[in-house]
Amino acid sequence: MSFHFEATLASRDFDVSLHCEPGETLAVLGPNGAGKSTLLAIIAGLLRPDAGKASIGERVLFDLGAPARTWLPPHSRETALLAQEPLLFPHLSALENVAFGQRSQGVRAAAARSSARDWLAATETEEFASRRPDQLSGGQAQRVALARALATSPELLLLDEPMAALDIHSAPMMRRLLKRELAHRFAIIITHDVLDALMLADKVAILEGGRIIEFGPTLEVLNRPRSRFAAGLSGLNLITGPTRDEGIDTDYGLIAGTSESPLPPGTLAAATFSPADISIYLDPPHGSPRNMLTASITEIEPHGDAIRVRAGQLAADITVAALADLALEPGMRVFFVLKATAVRIYPA
Amino acid sequence: MNRRSPAGYTAVPPWIYAVAGVGASFVLIPLLAMVAKVNWSQFIPLITSESSLTALGLSLRTSAASTVLCIVLGIPLALVLARGNLRGQQLLRAFILLPLVLPPVVGGIALLYTFGRQGLLGHSLELAGFQIAFSTTAVVMAQTFVALPFMVVSLEGALRTAGGKYEAVAATLGARPTTVLRRVTLPLVLPGLASGAVLSFARSLGEFGATLTFAGSLEGVTRTLPLEIYLQRESDADAAVALSLVLVAVAAIVVGLAYGNPQRTTKAKVPQ
Amino acid sequence: MSIHHRPWATILTATALILGLAGCASGTVDNAGNQSPSGSSTTSEPSGEITVFAAASLKTTFTTLAEKFEAAHPGTTIKLSFAGSADLVTQLTAGAPADVFASADTKNMSKLQDAGLIADTPIDFATNTLEIAVPASNPAAVNSLADLAEPGIKLVICAPQVPCGAATKSIEESAGITLAPVSEESSVTDVMGKVTSGEADAGLVYVTDIKTAGDKAKGIKFPESSAAVNTYPITTVSTSKNKVLADAFITSITDTEGQKVLTDAGFGTP
Repeated sequence: MSFHFEATLASRDFDVSLHCEPGETLAVLGPNGAGKSTLLAIIAGLLRPDAGKASIGERVLFDLGAPARTWLPPHSRETALLAQEPLLFPHLSALENVAFGQRSQGVRAAAARSSARDWLAATETEEFASRRPDQLSGGQAQRVALARALATSPELLLLDEPMAALDIHSAPMMRRLLKRELAHRFAIIITHDVLDALMLADKVAILEGGRIIEFGPTLEVLNRPRSRFAAGLSGLNLITGPTRDEGIDTDYGLIAGTSESPLPPGTLAAATFSPADISIYLDPPHGSPRNMLTASITEIEPHGDAIRVRAGQLAADITVAALADLALEPGMRVFFVLKATAVRIYPA
Repeated sequence: MNRRSPAGYTAVPPWIYAVAGVGASFVLIPLLAMVAKVNWSQFIPLITSESSLTALGLSLRTSAASTVLCIVLGIPLALVLARGNLRGQQLLRAFILLPLVLPPVVGGIALLYTFGRQGLLGHSLELAGFQIAFSTTAVVMAQTFVALPFMVVSLEGALRTAGGKYEAVAATLGARPTTVLRRVTLPLVLPGLASGAVLSFARSLGEFGATLTFAGSLEGVTRTLPLEIYLQRESDADAAVALSLVLVAVAAIVVGLAYGNPQRTTKAKVPQ
Repeated sequence: MSIHHRPWATILTATALILGLAGCASGTVDNAGNQSPSGSSTTSEPSGEITVFAAASLKTTFTTLAEKFEAAHPGTTIKLSFAGSADLVTQLTAGAPADVFASADTKNMSKLQDAGLIADTPIDFATNTLEIAVPASNPAAVNSLADLAEPGIKLVICAPQVPCGAATKSIEESAGITLAPVSEESSVTDVMGKVTSGEADAGLVYVTDIKTAGDKAKGIKFPESSAAVNTYPITTVSTSKNKVLADAFITSITDTEGQKVLTDAGFGTP
């Protein structure tokens, strides 16, 4: 039962194809307006693309290319959607909300309620069973909403930033619940948080401008980001350029590093490295085998306990003491120095 | 609920109260003047006369019937206007809302040329054995014609406020469109539906022009309370005033039910 | 506290202001009324303008008569206001400014007399009788008063509270028949409307109303109508500020030429 999806929607400049293996959870990341919610809406049947097809196993969700067009209505897709807001039906109790899906599919009231109670228990909200949604906190409501989505036993669970609206106390519990529930489930989760992707997803897709620009196993994409967005997510610097014998020829200078596989000279390659591994020098250090990149400082801002110094696409984290010592200011031309062992190189 | 926050600042300039006072007086003073004109010693006999009670009973029955019709026809219309994406929907809305601004007598004439004996549909209806003219059915139709826009406006507003998010979620949970309508949409807009129904009832109760033109005036069949008042005014001004007061009282109760509790209207907005 | 009290004080002031204005307004009317005798002109040649309140059934004839009068007496203006006789009496007793009142029946004229608002003894200037009105094609083949009592005939009459309905009732009693109308309208116009639109098979209205309807309706005379002859009285209103012109206009209606206009329209002579 693998999931296959391809769709284009010109009005939103959307052109995406995806393939997931059974039981996988896919995290979709990308900047705002990249088309993440469009993707979920098309899968759920709430938005109709211009062309494309999608199927779960043998079951066709839609096929707009065939001579006989197929378009399953949302209620027949078994793709429950959990949005950023819980959207619990305000006129129903938590229990009735969770029982809603089964009741709609013809399950008798008593059976649906009994199953709903189990799902409330699974999301640790059984004590709120008789409460109305307006008597629940944001985190409680979102957990009930998760129970409601799971209670329909969806073949594919769609989660649209389920933790974005939660406060810092509610999010960890929700993440823990999701980790347990998504482990053996077929799910697509939209998130802004790389932690969610790491904890919950088997695969990651980076969506930008309505296109998938990176796709692969979570760790692979986050450790070896090919796009600036993915690199930014994992907190890494990413610069690209053609391969030379000694390293990669970038806008900031030549950079050497370790590569998993040998790269033929001339191929486009990407180098990633952590901002923490960089030292800043006002004058070029002599006689060092280290990488030295030349750049002009664009911004200086606090970053946790450290100071983040940005220079174009590069970012370096230095201590407050170092900042005071060097008297850095935006506009200064400086040298970013780092060891070759701190740089990873792979084909872009 | 706490209606007045003691320390709450309201940015209403004092002169607004003066103009509001003028506005309120404009409505209240004529009502008081009518009350002052009531012949209280004869009040009870006047309003309990057989013709008065018959007219009041007919008014209540027909208004109830047209309110039911407004609900049955108004829900689909409001749904199409709020959720549908048909071509010419703006035009459809404009036409449906037309009776709001049309003199009711024009509505009566329009109904006459549609359902009257010589009307567009009336002739076929008569051949099929339905006689609408001069019947209580005609009264209900005239009332529905003028009251329907109130239901549609009220319900469409509630539907737009509620938005379509809940319905989308319900659909992904496996609920068919009819189930979504019954279990999600209608409960969400219940306050709007209720106030629409109350307004429709009140409008039906006060309907005069279209009824007079289309249905005629016969005691117990088509002579509703407003028509009775209009007729009594010719011969017995005291009776007309007394019945007017009854109508005002019934209307005030109905409108009070709809708008007396502001909590109900705010409930139409769904907590996020 | 004072902030909460002040708005109410403002409202009360505003309300008092309105009530005060209303009081002033009614006072002005009184003053004008008292001044009227001294304000009236003593010249015998009619001039200026008057307002005539006339029963709705007089609309066509009085419009013609007023035009003729204005043509014969340059410098005069006759303003006409038509409504049901009962409405007009209500307006007059409420202080509406009018110089001449022409009623469709003696009952409403008596009401005005009781209110002390008439200047002279009313003059009867026309009569009107009921006729059966049927749509031009006469679909129910009505030919007599007795036909109206046939089952299945959709008959529309005036409600007994209004003059034409009272006349209908006396005819019913004197002829010894019982009519079962499908509707009792509050004005002749509404009865005619239902007949000309074909909604009703027949209606009982005044001869003059059928004449006004032209081709759309046909009149059927019936002998029993003599039981209810409606008399139209006219008089000068006591608050008139131009009694000379008012009297002259009334004379123009009762003279031969005026009577001809009325009889041409179907009215009878008293």
